[in-house]
Amino acid sequence: MSSILPPANRLWWKESIDKTEWFWIAIAFVWGMVMFVMMIYWHIYGKQNLSNEAYKTTPEAYAAKAEKFIAENTVRNETGLNGEEIPVVSVPAGGDGYLIARLWNWYPILELQKGKEYKIHLSSMDYNHGFSLQPVNINIQVIPTYEHVVKMTPTSAGTFAIVCNEFCGIGHHSMLGRIYVKE
Amino acid sequence: MATTYRTCPASGLQFEAQAEKLMKWNAVAAVLWLLVGGITAIGVIMTRWPAFKLLPPDQFYLILTAHGIDMLLCWIIFFEMAVLYFASSTLLRCRLATPMLGWVQFWLMVVGSIMTNVAIFQGESSVMFTSYVPMQAAPHFYLGLILFAVGALIGCFIFLGTLAVAKKDKTYTGSIPMVTFGALTATIIAIFTILTGAGILVPTFFWSVGLIKEIDPQLYRMVWWGLGHSSQQINVAAHVSIWYLIPAIVIGAKPLSEKVSRGAFLLYILFLQLASAHHLLSDPGMSAEWKVLNTSYFMYFAVMASMIHGFTVPGAVEAAMRRKGFTNGTFEWLRKAPWGNPAFAGMFISLVSFGFLGGISGVVLGTEQINMLMHNTFYVPGHFHTTVVTGTTLAFMAVTYLLVPTLFKREMIHPKLCQIQPYLFGIAMSITGLVMMGAGTLGVSRRHWDMAFQGAPFTYEWPGAAMLMMGMTGFFGVVTIIGGGLWIYLVVGSLLWGKKLDGGQYVDKPTPIPAATPAASASHHGSDHVAVPGTVVLALTLFVAFVLYYYVNWKYLSEVWLLS
Repeated sequence: MSSILPPANRLWWKESIDKTEWFWIAIAFVWGMVMFVMMIYWHIYGKQNLSNEAYKTTPEAYAAKAEKFIAENTVRNETGLNGEEIPVVSVPAGGDGYLIARLWNWYPILELQKGKEYKIHLSSMDYNHGFSLQPVNINIQVIPTYEHVVKMTPTSAGTFAIVCNEFCGIGHHSMLGRIYVKE
Repeated sequence: MATTYRTCPASGLQFEAQAEKLMKWNAVAAVLWLLVGGITAIGVIMTRWPAFKLLPPDQFYLILTAHGIDMLLCWIIFFEMAVLYFASSTLLRCRLATPMLGWVQFWLMVVGSIMTNVAIFQGESSVMFTSYVPMQAAPHFYLGLILFAVGALIGCFIFLGTLAVAKKDKTYTGSIPMVTFGALTATIIAIFTILTGAGILVPTFFWSVGLIKEIDPQLYRMVWWGLGHSSQQINVAAHVSIWYLIPAIVIGAKPLSEKVSRGAFLLYILFLQLASAHHLLSDPGMSAEWKVLNTSYFMYFAVMASMIHGFTVPGAVEAAMRRKGFTNGTFEWLRKAPWGNPAFAGMFISLVSFGFLGGISGVVLGTEQINMLMHNTFYVPGHFHTTVVTGTTLAFMAVTYLLVPTLFKREMIHPKLCQIQPYLFGIAMSITGLVMMGAGTLGVSRRHWDMAFQGAPFTYEWPGAAMLMMGMTGFFGVVTIIGGGLWIYLVVGSLLWGKKLDGGQYVDKPTPIPAATPAASASHHGSDHVAVPGTVVLALTLFVAFVLYYYVNWKYLSEVWLLS
């Protein structure tokens, strides 16, 4: 007769279920189905879906590709607050841009154009990192030995920050990158 | 082995001597770990509060690692061991199977938890609760966790063994009680969880001592979350069992339908583990199909189970109150509920906060595309502090108000403070969780020492609202810690100085649970059915909040950059 005693009715599984409970179970079930369909709907009609394109790689191989991209597309250098020289690399519209995550910076600075689509490659040289684009607020996990190719179209212009939001050691908080988006 | 039994004169619960001792020791160990976790919480919250930023980064990350391990594992799992012994030996009124192994369970967990904490406080293992490879901790960090897990696994098997003892000794007739069924659910999930954990922690330990060269970081994340998330499902099954337990003891509530509630527990066993996938939604290495399948089709059956408990638990309270004669209007049963009883108040706040805050935010966070808005932001700890803390921890605190008199035979000291404590802790933690989620929605990172990015090559200023939310997180976090500290003081104080109560005579034989009389079964069968209109209104309120909040987040998502 109570939750701490064996069910009073030994054949409890034969009891009928009250219609109020059926009503709630039905709501919960239908709502689950709606949420299931929403994700598929968004894959078809939504414009924010995380890319499935990923490759197994090595830090060396990825760094080589990124360095080649930087050498070919650097438009200027900028000096960071600690006096470091950071290349600003213009990604060709519709083309590939490479971003390196490492202890403890995002390298290089990417320059994009509003409304153009880019293939941004993400990988880490060491630990897990978190690509957190602010204040847009897009957050993607960056994992070493995996190269993730994310198609991105900026819909706003200005200066954006890449915060690292996966803990990566003592300098984690200083790992701040930058993306410029031109009108 | 010869043993004795006593029946508590106040509660009517029967304790077997061996099980009683194990429950006490595990519960005390749990409270001590909660104390350590609570002290580390001060360091975490006072550092994340932008106005104070108390600790330097190395100490902050160390303390944060300790906070996660000591709260999520040590406090909760020690307490769950006590719950398992209670739900088997006490509720089924039988002897405990293999009590000697119970001490192996206890000491392995003690040694393991201390070993891991030593590794953390030595400073070489600030790798967070998740310890994602290739970031490496000291070998004894992993070894401690493995010993702790083996101990917990032994506890699970003792629970199963005790069920077999009760069956063999015929101490009950028919099926096991609902609360024991819930504990059985927790045990089955725990066995799965610990085996998965062994699958990742053992290789990681070998890697840390140099016997394995490399562990794939994506594979680690996938298998680790089979441990990391599933272990939270043990907590859910355990605290839902306590949601059924407390109203049963305090107001004599019984399940609306044994079939529905047990079916919902069964759904947990079948589907919860797959929900672990929602930690990988923003990862590169998994396909969209894999993500959608695991998080929706499977996870939503578990969500459905929680929604069912969210209905049947208050429904059982409403039905019991209505049977007592509080039948006016839709909500007299709720107004006249025993709000002055800290066990009941804590249980109900736990239920509401888990449903409205932890539950809804968890489903939204676990939606494939929406996850990109929140992955690794402060939203995530906001979510789990309203599941694991206001849900599990508060439920455990609430049930302790019942256990101290009946198990430890002591009267609670300061009854007025006891009445206040669940409100102070539950409400402050709920607000903290809410503002944490608010800050996360504005992008603030979790596990991050400095919102001013000291030493970075650039600057970035967080929105003013985000800073405000972090300040509020600090303030209400401190209030929560005071509420938690008050609970520890009340419990430890009662154990030391509380008035001793009569625990009943020790006898050599257990008194079996009397079989239900045919009349009782007949009356149970439909004729005493009580409608629960108040619960329907509460449940529909939850549903409307759920739907609105879910679609608001799709709206947010539609406003960010285009991604494909």
